[in-house]
Amino acid sequence: MDNLLQIEQLETVLHTSDKPIRAVDGLSLSIAPGETFALLGESGCGKSMTALSIMRLLPDIGEIIAGKVKIHDTDILQLPETGMRKIRGKRIGMIFQEPMLSLNPVMTIAEQIEEVLKQHLNLTKDAAQKRIQELLEQVGIPDALHRMHEYPFQFSGGMKQRAMIAMALACEPELLIADEPTTALDVTIQAQVLELMRQIQQRKRMAILLITHDLGVVAEMAQRVAVMYAGEIVETATRKDFFSHPAHPYSQQLFASLPNKQKRDQALTVIQGSVPSLAQQFVGCRFADRCNQALPRCHDTIPQWHRADDDHLVRCHLYDAAVTNHPPSIHTPPQAESRPTTASTNHTVLLQVNDLKVYFPIRKGLFKRTVGHIKAVDGVSLKIAAGKTLALVGESGCGKTTIGKSILQLIKPTHGSVRFEDQELVTLKRHQLRPLRSQFQIIFQDPYASLNPRMRVLEILEEGMSALQVDRIDHLQPGDPSMVLPKEQQIDMLLQRVGLSAEVKWRFPHEFSGGQRQRIAIARALAVNPKLLICDEPTSALDVSVQAQILNLLKSLQHNLGLAFLFITHNIAVVEYLADEVAVMYLGRIVEQGRIDEVMNNPKHPYTQALLSSVPQITAEPIQSGRALAGDLPSPAAPPPGCHFHPRCPHVMPVCRERYPNASVISNTHTAHCHLYPQQQHS
Amino acid sequence: MPFSPIILWTDALIYLFVAVVLLLIRYVRRSEHLLAAWRRVGHSASGMASATVLSFFLLTGLLDTVHFRPALEHKTDSGDKIYSVEVLSLLDVLVTPIRTQVEKTYSAPLAAHLYAKETIELPDGRQVRDFARLEYGGSHLQNPEIERIPDIILRSGNGLLYGFLAWCGLTAGLILLLAHRRQQTFKQTLHSICHRTAEIPWHAVLITLLILLLMIGSTAMLASHYHVLGTDKVGQDILYQSLKSIRVALVIGTLTSLIMLPFALLLGIMAGYFRGWIDDVIQYIYTTLNSIPSVLLIAAAVLMMQVYIETHPEIFETIASRADLRLLFLCIILGITSWTGLCRLLRGETMKLRELEYIQAAHAFGVSHWRIISRHILPNVMHLVLIATVMDFSGLVLAEAVLSYVGVGVDPSMISFGTMINAARLEMAREPMVWWALLAAFGFMLALVLSANLFADAVQNALDPRNRTLKPRISVYSRAKPAPSTTSHKP
Repeated sequence: MDNLLQIEQLETVLHTSDKPIRAVDGLSLSIAPGETFALLGESGCGKSMTALSIMRLLPDIGEIIAGKVKIHDTDILQLPETGMRKIRGKRIGMIFQEPMLSLNPVMTIAEQIEEVLKQHLNLTKDAAQKRIQELLEQVGIPDALHRMHEYPFQFSGGMKQRAMIAMALACEPELLIADEPTTALDVTIQAQVLELMRQIQQRKRMAILLITHDLGVVAEMAQRVAVMYAGEIVETATRKDFFSHPAHPYSQQLFASLPNKQKRDQALTVIQGSVPSLAQQFVGCRFADRCNQALPRCHDTIPQWHRADDDHLVRCHLYDAAVTNHPPSIHTPPQAESRPTTASTNHTVLLQVNDLKVYFPIRKGLFKRTVGHIKAVDGVSLKIAAGKTLALVGESGCGKTTIGKSILQLIKPTHGSVRFEDQELVTLKRHQLRPLRSQFQIIFQDPYASLNPRMRVLEILEEGMSALQVDRIDHLQPGDPSMVLPKEQQIDMLLQRVGLSAEVKWRFPHEFSGGQRQRIAIARALAVNPKLLICDEPTSALDVSVQAQILNLLKSLQHNLGLAFLFITHNIAVVEYLADEVAVMYLGRIVEQGRIDEVMNNPKHPYTQALLSSVPQITAEPIQSGRALAGDLPSPAAPPPGCHFHPRCPHVMPVCRERYPNASVISNTHTAHCHLYPQQQHS
Repeated sequence: MPFSPIILWTDALIYLFVAVVLLLIRYVRRSEHLLAAWRRVGHSASGMASATVLSFFLLTGLLDTVHFRPALEHKTDSGDKIYSVEVLSLLDVLVTPIRTQVEKTYSAPLAAHLYAKETIELPDGRQVRDFARLEYGGSHLQNPEIERIPDIILRSGNGLLYGFLAWCGLTAGLILLLAHRRQQTFKQTLHSICHRTAEIPWHAVLITLLILLLMIGSTAMLASHYHVLGTDKVGQDILYQSLKSIRVALVIGTLTSLIMLPFALLLGIMAGYFRGWIDDVIQYIYTTLNSIPSVLLIAAAVLMMQVYIETHPEIFETIASRADLRLLFLCIILGITSWTGLCRLLRGETMKLRELEYIQAAHAFGVSHWRIISRHILPNVMHLVLIATVMDFSGLVLAEAVLSYVGVGVDPSMISFGTMINAARLEMAREPMVWWALLAAFGFMLALVLSANLFADAVQNALDPRNRTLKPRISVYSRAKPAPSTTSHKP
């Protein structure tokens, strides 16, 4: 077969202070021209190191110690650096994860693309300018002639990623390496970028090596899939085979740990433990310790490639005909214990937010006069019942996090009321608020920034207790209320409650993985007996398998302690799994609100519809999702007049440009703000 | 009493500082995890080696801090003792030979003759122009041209031997102590040090110590009969000046930093943390302060103080106490003018930190501002403070030199690196060049600042929990699904 890219037994090590880490350990793959090949894996399994090894752009501590990387039979690992520079950009283009960091902020977009063109093509100044314009038009940047002379900060996130793609495409490379190209983008923008990549690929017959951890993106883009685990590929298959019957236990468990609607009433299957350290020499299967079907020989024999199907290879002993007489039938994940739906019928309203507004002033000039406001939150009303979960969904920059923080009074609201159990919070002073603080707590998105690196776990957990003078964690001692255990013992129990062992309390946060840190953050919040937890994207920085652990934990906490959650997220699958009610936000306002089944099955607002259809479906058959939503989120400093969504709305009417729609009642619990539906006259 | 003790202002502050440090050490020894963190300082070879060098400087500085006035031989009419107006320190007493053996003018290191020709009157009344013999340096030699080199080699060889013997003694003592502590035999301990298997890199300490002791030994042997580093314009021994300068450098480096730190920490963190009008006010202050040329500001302050000192001669018993007060004020003035840089740095860092989620979480717990600053922000900016302070240390020693040049530095009677450099500066242009004074000041300052830097590096690395060398990761999961009855794995 004539392969465009052929990697044979690539080994890359990172020379860190202690032991060398074998980041890529004997990796082989081949990509045919015009093919989209997805490399799937969790963080830390060597995906990005593979990409950087192909480009020979490894960090200083990295070294390729063995293997071949061939492009049309030229081994690029043998090329001198000058020869390699002719390959980079010209024959292999690369897109990085973070569009904000991969563009030079002091050069215009045109200058940056011109740099690539100058390096590889002999173009005159005019021809280069024309080519740049052409490229930018190709990636769908409106008014490219003028915008190409703008600086990166004048571009939105999606536009920057488009500009990056344009730059990668400048010399029409045969292979495009896309390292998590959409991870930093919102779903609607992700859909746009993926659509663009598909189009360009079809037009140019370019091969794409897509590196991602997102099964949804793989399902939408890839033709062939390789699953990477701990530095090696454990399974390769066509997309159809992979999604219809994943062969490797790791892939199977990965699928099982994805949250979705069907699994609502049960705990998610989790993959125990974490990715093993790559500094060691492996004697058996790398996944054996976490595998739920491990055989005795998995621990002492390295599995070879076995054929699970025609074009479906897997590195697992289960498929070795000599070991097992019958290759395992497609494994169904063990059904975790089914949980009955929470039977708490008390619907007392715990938190009520009315017409909440948070404006940030824009100051200008010598005297810092306020010249305008960023309306981060603009008249939001919510209700959360005790023991229930309200999910707040929206793209980044729509004000979700600001709502969370202003409910906690971490940001003072400009207007409106926040009532917690008949107590108005907005008017309280800092010291008046303190006794109430233990009732509502927050869990943050980034588990690396949410724990003080200089404090040990014990001190982290004690901090809230001592600040709020909580001497007893209620939910740990259901028995005698008068008995108070010593604080340290309570902390031990608390750690066990979130699934950590008690002796971790002497350690510092940096010694834990992301998932463990998030558990500590949850334990910290639980230490003060809250009734409401505001979860601000608690799983979006985590891998799928770890996300399942955290979601299980949150669900069991809700079940056992009757906590109410305000769950802020952009991940629709998590919402479907966890939430009782959903509020969809767009540019500081809630556009649709209702029970989970109402909103998910019968979305009324065009934005909700677009948002739901942008989410990549994880299925074997590629469903070409409906037209991706065009355009970007407008600036909240100058929202469009009328309905905020009208510039991007497919059903836009003249009235939308004039007036913000009132609430339309669709059912008792379901409302939407859209002119398409009959309006409520008052309010 | 044969002497009357004198505590100068800076002495008092140094004693206070030492007391605080001792208290801190006691506090650290009591708390388990702080002790563990500080123990890690001991695991860095460069840190321990530089600590050894630094401890010699500190010892010299402390010896030079114990001041007294010796009693004179004659008494007053009423039988009271009269104490000398000259204030001496322990160091002065220890190095009496090089303090008192003053030549006429310049002489090169280890020379037996003056550096310049002068007219000498011979016993027979004739006059010749020649290099005159030194009064003390090499005066025991009959024929310096022939005898000087062998004599120097012999003496320094002796010195090296004594140094080596002293080192052997110290090493044996150390190993005995360690062996006693670890309940091992002498041999086992020696073996663990030689093969570098011990936790603390004693080999680095011992090698540094050996080099230091050899140098000290040979210098001490030579110093009684030669001027090891030469003499300056008025014939004073450069080695003595260098040793005396150490205290001044340490005082200026540490006291100024201590005066500067509260301003920088408090104002910088407050500005970054509270923002708003507090930030505006603090920014305004330091921008204003920064835009005044600091030399002018310091000169104005020092001149004012000088005038005060000169119009009130009655409050100073001795010249030393006058010079000392001037040094103290110099420290205070330097401290007040040099906090802006660190303050600005801390403000920026605090602004970054206050948006971090663990600070937000602390707010959500209703933790008070003061506790957030002291528990969350301060420990996380400490690395900046430590680095900035040590970097400033060398800057301040140099600033003292610059100020002394302008004439607003330390009292002219006080020996410091600044005054040494100034004195040597002019002689650089002379032919033949007088290079030794500058070289001595340069060498001592380099050793001091470098060892302080390396030590601070080691401290910073050891105290940052993130930099700790990671042990292989141990699974801390008890079970993925939380249940109160989870069995926990032992790590």
